[in-house]
Parts: sequence; C-alpha cells; structure tokens
Amino acid sequence: MNAPKPSMRTPLARVRALGSSHSGTSDFWRQRLTAVAMTLLIVPVIVVVLMLLGSNQAGAKQIFSSVPIAIIMLLFILASAWHMKIGMQVVIEDYVHNEKIKLASVMANNFFCIAVALASIYAILKMSSGV
Amino acid sequence: MVEFALPKNSKITGGKTWPKPAGATETREFRVYRWNPDDGKNPSVDTYHIDTSECGPMVLDGLIWIKNHIDPTLTFRRSCREGVCGSCAMNIDGQNTLACTKSMHDVKDGAVKVNPLPHQPVVKDLVPDLTNFYAQYASIEPWLKTTTPTPQKEWKQSHEDREKLDGLYECILCACCSTSCPSYWWNSDRFLGPAALLQATRWVTDSRDEATGERLDNLEDPFRLYRCHTIMNCAKACPKGLNPSEAIAELKLKLVERQI
Repeated sequence: MNAPKPSMRTPLARVRALGSSHSGTSDFWRQRLTAVAMTLLIVPVIVVVLMLLGSNQAGAKQIFSSVPIAIIMLLFILASAWHMKIGMQVVIEDYVHNEKIKLASVMANNFFCIAVALASIYAILKMSSGV
Repeated sequence: MVEFALPKNSKITGGKTWPKPAGATETREFRVYRWNPDDGKNPSVDTYHIDTSECGPMVLDGLIWIKNHIDPTLTFRRSCREGVCGSCAMNIDGQNTLACTKSMHDVKDGAVKVNPLPHQPVVKDLVPDLTNFYAQYASIEPWLKTTTPTPQKEWKQSHEDREKLDGLYECILCACCSTSCPSYWWNSDRFLGPAALLQATRWVTDSRDEATGERLDNLEDPFRLYRCHTIMNCAKACPKGLNPSEAIAELKLKLVERQI
C-alpha cells in the first residue's frame, strides 16, 4: 500500500470521512433474492432453451406463445439483469478508485443492464404475441 | 485503478547474506525483509543463519537471536511472547500470524521467510504503520454505550447473553486478519476491515449496550461493511482461531432483519 497522502486531518477524521451512507443493505438483499430466483428458474429456462434448439422462428413463436413459458423467461431476464447490475457495480467499486471514472463506469453499467433487460423483454413479448 | 504491482520504491532488490555462526552444528536459514527509511534504498531480503541449539523454537525466538547475535539493527515489534499482545504479527512463510506462537519447525521447506504484514506502509523492517487500522477500531466506538442511569452495582447480563460474546471478545487486534483481506488491500481507506467489524459485532451483540441501532446505522454503508465479500482469508489467518467473516455475516443479517 502506498503511504497515505500527507494530510493534517487526524486518522479518526479520515476514517469517519463523510460518514455512513445508510445504504447497501437493499442491494445486499436484492443480490441474494435474485440469486435464489435464478437458481429456481434456471432448470425451466434450460428446458425452454432445449425446446428452442433446431426450431425456426415460427416454432420459437409457438413456444413463446405459451403464457407460463413467456413469464418464466421474463422473470429470468429481470432477475439476471438486476443481479448483473449489482454484481458489476460491486466489481467497479472494488477496483476503480478514480471518482470520475468510477461514476462514469457505474452509470454505463446501469445503462447497459437496463438496455439488455429491455431488449430481451421486448424480444420475448414480441415472440409471445406472435407479431 | 487498484495497484496490482508494488510501487517502484517498494520493489525488493538484492539483500545481504550474513555468514553462518561459527562452530554451530545445527542452523536454520531465515530470509527477512529489510527496509530502512533513512538510507533512501529500496527494500531487500537479508539471509541469516541461526544456531538452533542456542535458540528457542518459535520464529520470534529466531528473530531475537538474530538481533542479539548477528544484526542489532533488525527492527520488529514484540512484547508478551505468548500470543496475548498481538505485537509480533507479521507474514511468515506466506501467512499472517504471530511470530511468538509460530514454530519455525512448522515451516517445512527451506528458509523461514519473514515479511511485514502485507499492504501496509512500512515504518522500518518488520514494523508496519497501523495508524489507519487503530483509527478504524476507534471509529466503531468500542465501549459500552448506555442512556439508562448507571446502576449502583453492575450492568446485569444473563449467562446466555454472555455466551454470545464468545468468539468475539478474544480478539487481540494484531491486524493479521485485516491485512490478509484483499478487500482491505484495495479499499482500506473506506472498508473498516475484519478486525474492526468483528469488534463492531462484539458491541452490537452485547445485551447491555443501548446503542445497537446507532451502531448499525454507523456501519450500514457499501464501503464500511459491504466491501466484505466473505473471502474468508481473515478466518484462515486469525492466530486466535476467531472467525471475523462469520461475525460480519451476523452484522449483515441484523441489518436485513431490521429492514424486512
């Protein structure tokens, strides 16, 4: 570790810094919640993927027209995108220390996860509605 | 970004090999990290040979023998020499532990390699600067906090509630756990680390304390507490056999419990 930058603040003042943000528990809980959800959903999702193997677009549309299958896929997308967003943010916070780059990375991560989730949801709904 | 390589002025270069003690029949090789803030040189690893027939069995005995018989400039902290004070915490054979309770016979292959606790600024040789570590301990306010007027006799506690402090109160603040934690290496300016969080759990768990909620408020932070990713290096390193990782999990459970 590099020696801390010279400062006239006391060590306790540096540790207390801006204080506690009183947050983090919600993300901690949601990360576990989505992990359990994905564990439960992964078997039916694999079954759906196996059913899709070798089928053309018309066949896929027929499979997705089933309401339970569409809902399972939508839930899986929601849980995995949410889990991906939280997990990636943890990695960024761990390793990126430049505040500006960190802020931009967290923002990009949010945009990416929302875009992936919305694109997937749109595709499932489109297939499901048979359009 | 996180620094994965040592800064230029911390890279280890060369080192002196001291002659074997004359007339010694049984010797053990020690390779010890050396750095002197006054000579402007990079750190080095010096090689010593100790006479095991004249020396106690622990790594600390070996270091004291080197200081007394070979090189009086070798600098390290030590006090109780029985695993109570936590002063002689250092990295021995790749593991953070106490030099006074680590037998040199437990280091199986070749030389006994001794380095200061990892990822802390070095004051000299094997002495790390633990200012930040102690300030983090102070920040969790490790004392009984009450609003109720102090009773005439003692604050009462049931045997069951007292038992809940077992595995928490025994910490000697040697810093072996915190300095073995990768999360602490990368974010020690904001993450409190396993030692301070174990002590936070000790006070959150204490049935006599009346500031449990405030303590949890103070800890609820993505960096102060949630940088712990349950890597478990802390539990592996603790020379007292404690499990800071489990204690931190208890804190997280309590925070979820009061929210759901």
